[in-house]
Formats: sequence, C-alpha cells, structure tokens
Amino acid sequence: MTLLLASFAPPYWLSTLIKVLVISAVVPTTALILGMVFLFKIMSWMQSRLGPQEAGPRGTLQLLADGVKFLQKEDIAPNGADLWVFKVAPLVVLMSTLLLYVALPASMHLVVADLDVGVFFVLAISSLSVIGVLMAGWASASKYSLMGALRAAGQLIAYELPMVLAVIGVVIQAGTMSLNGIVLAQNNGSIFGWGGIGFPYILTQFVGFFIFIAAVQAELTQPPFDMPVAESEIVSGYQVEYTGFRFLIFFLAEFATAFAFAAIAAVLFLGGWAVPWLPTSSDWYYVLGPIVLFAKVMMVAFIIFWVRFTYPRFREDQLQSLAWKVLIPLALVNIVVTAVLKVVL
Amino acid sequence: MTAISDPQSVAALAADAVDNRVNLDFETEGMTLNMGPQHPATHGTLRIIARLDGEQVISAEPMCGYMHRGYEKLTEVRTYPQINALINRIDWLGSFANEVPFILAAEKLMGVEAPPRAQWIRTILFEMSRIANISLFLGDFGLQLGGMTAGFYAFRDREWVLNQIESATGGRFHPNFDRIGGLKDDLPKGWIESSHIAMDKLLAFCDELEDLLVGNEIFQGRTRGIGVIPADIALSYGLSGANLRASGVDWDLRRDNCPPGLVYDKADWKVWTHPDGDCFARTWVRLQETREAAKIVKQLLDTIPSGPVMAKVPRIIKVPEGEAYVATENPLGEMGYYVVSKGDLVPFRVKIRSASFNNISIVPWVARGAYVPDLISILGSLYFILGDIDR
Amino acid sequence: MPPKPKVPGLIKGLGVTFGEMVKTLKDGPQTTRYPHEREEVAPRARGVIALHEENCTSCMLCARECPDWCIFIEAHKYLAPPRREGGKPRQKNELDRFDIDFSLCMYCGICVEVCPFDALFWSPEHEYSEIRIADLLHDKSRLDQWMQTVPDFEPYEAGSDAKVKKVPR
Repeated sequence: MTLLLASFAPPYWLSTLIKVLVISAVVPTTALILGMVFLFKIMSWMQSRLGPQEAGPRGTLQLLADGVKFLQKEDIAPNGADLWVFKVAPLVVLMSTLLLYVALPASMHLVVADLDVGVFFVLAISSLSVIGVLMAGWASASKYSLMGALRAAGQLIAYELPMVLAVIGVVIQAGTMSLNGIVLAQNNGSIFGWGGIGFPYILTQFVGFFIFIAAVQAELTQPPFDMPVAESEIVSGYQVEYTGFRFLIFFLAEFATAFAFAAIAAVLFLGGWAVPWLPTSSDWYYVLGPIVLFAKVMMVAFIIFWVRFTYPRFREDQLQSLAWKVLIPLALVNIVVTAVLKVVL
Repeated sequence: MTAISDPQSVAALAADAVDNRVNLDFETEGMTLNMGPQHPATHGTLRIIARLDGEQVISAEPMCGYMHRGYEKLTEVRTYPQINALINRIDWLGSFANEVPFILAAEKLMGVEAPPRAQWIRTILFEMSRIANISLFLGDFGLQLGGMTAGFYAFRDREWVLNQIESATGGRFHPNFDRIGGLKDDLPKGWIESSHIAMDKLLAFCDELEDLLVGNEIFQGRTRGIGVIPADIALSYGLSGANLRASGVDWDLRRDNCPPGLVYDKADWKVWTHPDGDCFARTWVRLQETREAAKIVKQLLDTIPSGPVMAKVPRIIKVPEGEAYVATENPLGEMGYYVVSKGDLVPFRVKIRSASFNNISIVPWVARGAYVPDLISILGSLYFILGDIDR
Repeated sequence: MPPKPKVPGLIKGLGVTFGEMVKTLKDGPQTTRYPHEREEVAPRARGVIALHEENCTSCMLCARECPDWCIFIEAHKYLAPPRREGGKPRQKNELDRFDIDFSLCMYCGICVEVCPFDALFWSPEHEYSEIRIADLLHDKSRLDQWMQTVPDFEPYEAGSDAKVKKVPR
C-alpha cells in the first residue's frame, strides 16, 4: 500500500487542493460530532434528561438543523461597531483552528503536513485565536463584550504557558518535536523491557497530562474557566453581538479546537493513532489509525466535558493565580524531574 | 463592630478620588455598566446600575419597579377570597406561604380559629412551599455561578414537592388553598404516604447538592468571604430570613414570634445560624433549612389530628372593623400583612411587608469594592424574587 | 458549621455527575417525552372548568365573585308548568349564554367554590390551547362537553370527617 501511494505523486496544486478539501470537510464534521455527542447527549444524560430526540433518528441531526437555523438568521452589526474588524474577527479564530488541523496525524502518512517541529507549530498557532477574540470584543461596541474580551485576553495568554511547559516533558522523553515521531517513540518504547503496551507517556507524565488538560480547558474558555463567556454574567461575553452565521463560526471554531486539542493530547500522552500490539509500519493503519485516534480523542474529550458540566466557574483573579502560582511552578518542576530522570535512567 | 474589608475601603477611596479628581496612579475613567432589566443573573426584571473601575464595583444601585402590579391598590377593591387568589402571585415560588399571613390576619380580626387539623395541614403546606422555594434557590445559585447541572437537579427534585402540592390543592404553583377559618378541602387518600416519599427524595437531593455544589472548592472560593454582612448592619437594614441568620443573628419567627394558627411548637426542629455572614453562609443556612423543613414535614405528617378542616364561618365574609398585623417566616424572609378593615366585604387597606424589598436594600452597601463576578454571587445569595420586591 | 469532607469536593462532584449519567442510561431519564408520552395529572388539578347546566339557576354568584370578571352570563325568566295539578306556574331561569373566557381566567377556583348549586366542576384536562385567542372563550356547549372529563371525587385521607361529594353525570 505504501508503494502504491508512493507511485501516486500528484502535481503540487492537486495535492494542495486535496489537502484543503480534506481539512474543510474534516473540521466541521469533527465539531459536529463532538457537539452532538458531548454537548447534547452526554450533558443531557448527566442532567437526567435525554437531549434532542426529534431531529433525525434519536436526535442525531440536531446540530445540522441548528446550523441551518443559524444560516437563515439576519446579519446584524451593532450601531457603533467597527464594521471591518467586527466581520473579520470570527474568521481569525476559525483560521487558527483550521491551521491546527494541518499538523494532526491520523496515521503515518495521513497527515497534511508532517512537520519536524509539529509540537511547536501547534502550540504557536493555537495562540492566534486570542487576536480574534480581542477583535470581536473591541469591535462589538458593547460593554459586555468588552469585558469579556479583556478577561479573555488575560486568561488565554496566561494559560498558554502551562500548556507549553507541560508538553516539554513529553518532548524531552521522546527526543523529537515531530508529532509522528512522538507516536512512534511511544509505540516502539517499552516499560522496563516489557513492550506489551508500548510506553504511553501518560504513565510518567501524569502531572504534565493534568496540567495540559487544565490548560486546554482554559484555552477553550470552557467552565470552570469560562469567565470570558460567563453565561450568567456577561451573556456570551465577546460573542454576544454576533448573530447567525458569524456566531456559528465561533461555535464551530470552539468545538473543532476542542477536538484538535484532544487529538494533540491523545498523540502526546496516549500513543496517538497507534495500538501497541500492531507495529507502526503495518498497512492496517491507513484505516485503523483514524479510528484509534478518534477513540482516544473521545476519551480525552469526555474528561474535558465531564469537568465542564460539573464545576462552577472561577473568578478571573482566582483563575490567574491558579495559572501563575500553581500550574506553572508545577510544570517547571515536572520538566526538571523529567530531564534529570532522562539522563540518569 | 463593623468590619470593612480592604477592597471596600480602597474602593471608597477610589470613589472619593474620582469625585474630587485627585490624581491616582492611572488616570482611568470609570465605566457605567447597566445590568438591565433583562439579565440572566437577576431573578427577574431588576435593573442594577453599576459604576465600575475595571472589574471592581464602585457603586451599585438597584432600581426596582419594573414588575409593580399594584397589589395594594388591587386589594382595596377585591373581596377577601379574591385577594387570597391574587396574593399567591407575590412570591410565586413558595406561593402557599403568601396566603398564610393574610389569612391569619383576617382570622385575627374575625376572632375565628381554625380547627387543629387545618392548622397542621396549613403548617405542612407552608413548609412544603419553603422547600419548593429554597431548593430552586440552591439550583439557581449554581446556575448563576456556572455549574449548570445543579440547576437541573433542583428542578428535577422539586417536582416531587410540587406534585404533592398539586394533588392536595389542585395547583402546582398557585394553590389558593387557605381560607379564613381553615382550608378549602381535606387531603386526598394516600397523600401522607406519598408525602413521606417526597420528603425522602428531597433529603437525598440536599445531600447530592452538597456533594456537587456546596462542597466544591471552586464554589467555596467564589462564595467564602464574599459579601460579608455583619450582624448589626444586617439588623439596621432590616434583613430577614436566612440572610439574617447567616450573619449570626439567632432570630426565627417560627420559634420566637409564631402567630397562632401555625403549629411549629408541635415538632422538634432546630434553627440554623452561621457566624460568617458571607455568601457561603447564606447558602449553607438555606441548605440546612431545607433539610429541617423536610424533617418538620415528616414529623407533622405522623401526628395529624383528625377532625374537620373548616371552622364555622359565614358564607359571605365580612371582616369586622379593626386592624391587625401578622408576620410569618416565609421562605424569603419575614412577610407581613397589615390589614385595616372598616367592616366591609373588602378591606380598607392592606399593606404588604415583603422580605425581598428589605433584602435588596443592602446591595449598595455590600457591593462596594466587590468584583463583578462577586456582585453576581452577592445578588444570587441574597435571593430575592422580583414579585416580592415590586408587588 | 459544615464539617470538613474527607474526599475533596471536586472529586465528589465528578462522581455525582457520572453517577447521574449512569442512572439515566440505566433507568431512563426523569423527563416525560411530551407529546409522545403524557404525564399522570392529579385528579384535583385545575385544568378546565365544566358546567352542569341542569343545576345552574343563573344566580350570577360565580360571575360576581370572579376576580377577573371572565364569566359572562345571560339568562331569561320563563314560566314553567306547576309541579302538581292546580298549583301556580313557577318562575324559572333559563340560561341563554354562559361563557368563560379562559384567556382571562386565572384558575383560582372561586367560581367553582361559591356555586351554591354545584353546577361548576374542575377537570384536569389541560390540552386545549388555540391558535386564536378568541377561541379561548368557551361557550355553554363546550363547557358541557368538559363534564365528561371530570373525574369522580377522591376519597379522603384517614382522620378526615369530610363527606365525599358526587359528580352529577
């Protein structure tokens, strides 16, 4: 199969077109699936109810119906809004999400761009969404959205650091920044000589995993870190003036980013698209890889959304002190211990 | 001794500085945020004009009246049974509790005493309306702070109490069951047993909510030390109910000044207080009150005396001349009716002392120096119902 | 004062929601899937008012006592034949119009209670919403149809000495 693919060498413009189409198909699909499963079904089951049942069989097409509903809404901009900035802000957020999917590996060769600095690229691109949030809040000409945007600015920038520092431990252990390289290192590794389940880094990097999940929760502005979008105080914060399609873009971007971050967590800590008893050079991974990655993403996303539906939200200064005084020192200690143990052991 | 927390004194200084144009570190402008009549965090159409310095509140002024329905004027042209049907809607969550002080005041003027069975059932339904009201508060407070699951659990488990009230009175939200001299009707068969089951479910709900919300460290971080109201300030502003007891004042009208007609002395129960006076104290006192109310109901259910449910009262009710004030410990606080009668079919004047009007008067004092999220915590924990403020 | 918990509240909260999820998947939700399923309403629930016309003497008490003035009654007098031979013809009231405007009605039950002749009854039927508000004015024939949905009065709880009334059919 690999030889077959190697012989199929399309011209550059065709391969780029295929990659663009793939990403633009995958991103809304993943957002829809995540939204459907977690936001509608799992949240409903945790609240003793069933969730949507009418649209489609067992309510599975509810998000599609919601999408159509958003599309047919009127496109309103507030009176004093800075129109150009107002309209471009959701696209900036969406752009950072789309670029995130570029580096995600679904299999050894099923990746849009197999970068050598995959980890670095992913973490850097994800911080572009802050600009979109600030633009949205400022251009909306509303005090509520301004407050939401300022809270978001503080929070998203503050939680970039724990996310980056938590990942460094994994990079030290793997010895490479390429996402596919990390998957291979986990799959081909062994725990004290026993290669049964490979060496998923969650076993040694559990502190890093915990910090990463907390930082991801904050980057997505999910409860308990959803001060920027505090629904009962500032009613959607920076998104409050957006209607119809533009709000749909924010919504899609949020859930697609959740999927992307969960995928990154699965790749870095859980072994990515590989299963331990099947060597990574196998051809089965063209089909099995995405399925395995999807299953692991669902597990990580379940944790993220489980925490989301249970906890009340932090206050902004408590949130910041958690990031700076707890998570960052913890991550730094984690790096030091990992580095020492890597050299010693 | 009045304890003023540090952010409040700083904010008071800042307010002075802004007014006197003294140069602070940064010459910044305050922002006036209008938490308008439509807002998810205010229990209804309340408008709060908050002047902010960044995220800190310099002054918060509540403006009520968006829901004024003219109750006191309406009562001047309605007969006593008609008024009874209307005043259900003042505090619509614990609605049986609104009827009771009015009926007791009218009974006092007429010199009529309800038979014991009626008094028992009246007290049971009063406590059930307290449970219905405060269990919604517990869920709603979680909703306002972001833990939306707590709100769903509250609505789910409140159904048990509302079903009980409906099977006895016919209305879930507006029972209209109390009558001068007793009650409208007697209990249907099987009500006592199903009420026991409902109270057990409520006690389980209180435990579940304590695990989910009240014991949560994030929740405690949002509510401990926020909105501290010292006892003397609480008394001087006229707070009542759980707000007062959470500041350490041991005052409960059910025990200390119970009007004749309610039988709280026939059950063995406890008044809960908390010395702190912050948002957490108010939440915790209300949680314990719900548990206590369920226990009172269970005890009273086992000891209902038999007999008639209505005293001998003329068909057309004409209350003799006089005036009477009766106040009871409603779910929201102290609610009282001052009935002035000139011997007619309709009262001459009914003045309604509602608890939430006084409870909300403390918001300007307690919001100084708080952050905007703390303002939400404070408003939620003071727990007012707009129908009760505006009448 | 609340005691210090042994397990941190964060973990317990997660346990509560997980347990609820398992319970919903196992036992089913606590919601009723209206309109496919319907809830059991208490027999005393105040859904709609039914009129038993034979008992009504158009004394106008219900229309007078209604706080919203939503009952409209028109009646005329007629002479009925005497009850026995050689007696006087009796003057009786006949209802022309008995309308209840349910868009105004606040379901307080005062009319049902004050009727001295037991002509009005509560029925728990509550699904009668209309597209036009004017259709919410139920006239005499519709109110008579509601009589079929009126349940019998329930027996009372032990210890009560109230008599169970009968619904005229």
